[in-house]
Amino acid sequence: MTLLPLTVRGAAVGRLGKLLVGPLDLDLAGTGITIIMGPNGAGKTTLLRMLHGLARLTKGEITWNVPLHEAETRQAFVFQTPVVLRRSVRDNIAFPLLLRHVPRKQAYATAEKWAARVGLAEMIQRPASVLSGGEKQKLALARALIREPAILFLDEPTANLDGRSMREIETILTQIISEGTRIVMATHNIGQAQRLASDVIFLYRGRVHEQSRADRFFTGPTTPEAAAFIKGDIVE
Amino acid sequence: MGEIWQGLVAAFWLIVSLDADLVEITLRSLQVTLTAVVIACAIGMPLGTFLAIQRFRYRRFVIAILNALMGLPPVVVGLTVYLLLSRAGPFGALNLLFSPTAMIIAQVIIVTPLVASIAHQAVRDLWAEYHDLLISLNASKRQRMGTLLFDARRALLTAALAGFGRAIGEVGAIMIVGGNIDHVSRVLTTAIALETSKGNFALALGLGFILIGLAIAVNLGIHALSRTEREGTW
Repeated sequence: MTLLPLTVRGAAVGRLGKLLVGPLDLDLAGTGITIIMGPNGAGKTTLLRMLHGLARLTKGEITWNVPLHEAETRQAFVFQTPVVLRRSVRDNIAFPLLLRHVPRKQAYATAEKWAARVGLAEMIQRPASVLSGGEKQKLALARALIREPAILFLDEPTANLDGRSMREIETILTQIISEGTRIVMATHNIGQAQRLASDVIFLYRGRVHEQSRADRFFTGPTTPEAAAFIKGDIVE
Repeated sequence: MGEIWQGLVAAFWLIVSLDADLVEITLRSLQVTLTAVVIACAIGMPLGTFLAIQRFRYRRFVIAILNALMGLPPVVVGLTVYLLLSRAGPFGALNLLFSPTAMIIAQVIIVTPLVASIAHQAVRDLWAEYHDLLISLNASKRQRMGTLLFDARRALLTAALAGFGRAIGEVGAIMIVGGNIDHVSRVLTTAIALETSKGNFALALGLGFILIGLAIAVNLGIHALSRTEREGTW
């Protein structure tokens, strides 16, 4: 059974009595890449964490097309600052499979395949901590993809990377979209959003201010805040 | 200055001649200390990890108590264990008093809070870093603990070595529960105390140098085995 659609109804996440995101309604289905955009503090990261189940709902509900325990195993998350385990590159990438009790030999073989795919084949035995920022992000991506997720959440995965690393990661993302993985990604980078997005969610002050197809969003945003954001003006 | 020199000479001859008594008490020191440290690590490391990742009522209080227990006076531990193991005590029937086992029990009580507390600090920092990833990967509680213990292995090694350092130099508790009986419960520290009381300062000092050398050798050996500082970046 397919994981999507994902239905969000009246969902909100708060802290110390203050709502950070929501209440909001959202429907995610189909294929491609949904880009979450918005100014700093709009709640992009919190929304992603909420959808992935990392942030506890203050109210509302999120439902998948499959039972929650199954949905949890069919999604993955890549954090803005990649978390690297104090192990080798191979052990890092194989880690999700080892947690699922996949035999070590098989897990390592799969990890090597993914390492090659993200361009880390030559570093497979190195300690992950010696990798550069871009390489760590690729490692985090490979570790997420080794789970073969139906949906992948990415929180500004190229925020601190140079142009070359960004392009390499975008190429990998484009490939996995073509293989059927649904992506939901937060980004600040308007150029990147234009290159990758099939649809856009524009967040403003914790609420979904606008949600539309990417071409429509970039050519004719319906709210002044989204228009200003696309133009590069400061949106507070 | 003369006595220090004489101590060095005494230590040298004791080692070179492989003095039978020295070998015996050195081996007993190692046996008691290493056994106590292994048991303390088996208890303290999972305990420290549990306290780092599990939220429960009075958790802060438990951590504060654990940290306070790091300064547990060995003499008080020795006295308590003595009372528990003495014939009139609740465990008197086990007949453990004045044996290496009693010394191990006392050392485990002294070392465990130290190991647990250092483990807690190390794992707490790592847990802050790994938390989201492990939750995201649906790691079970047991898998989280296993991952944290494995990845904090360098810091946990430090905890074990700190425990070893405390145990190998301990004298108050093991003197009370071990009794410093020749060929039964005499170890390097109690032998030093005995020789000092007899006025054999050179021999006492010689044993002291051997004790220090032993502690350094064990530390170096463990570092070499675990390849610390060679792969220090992870």
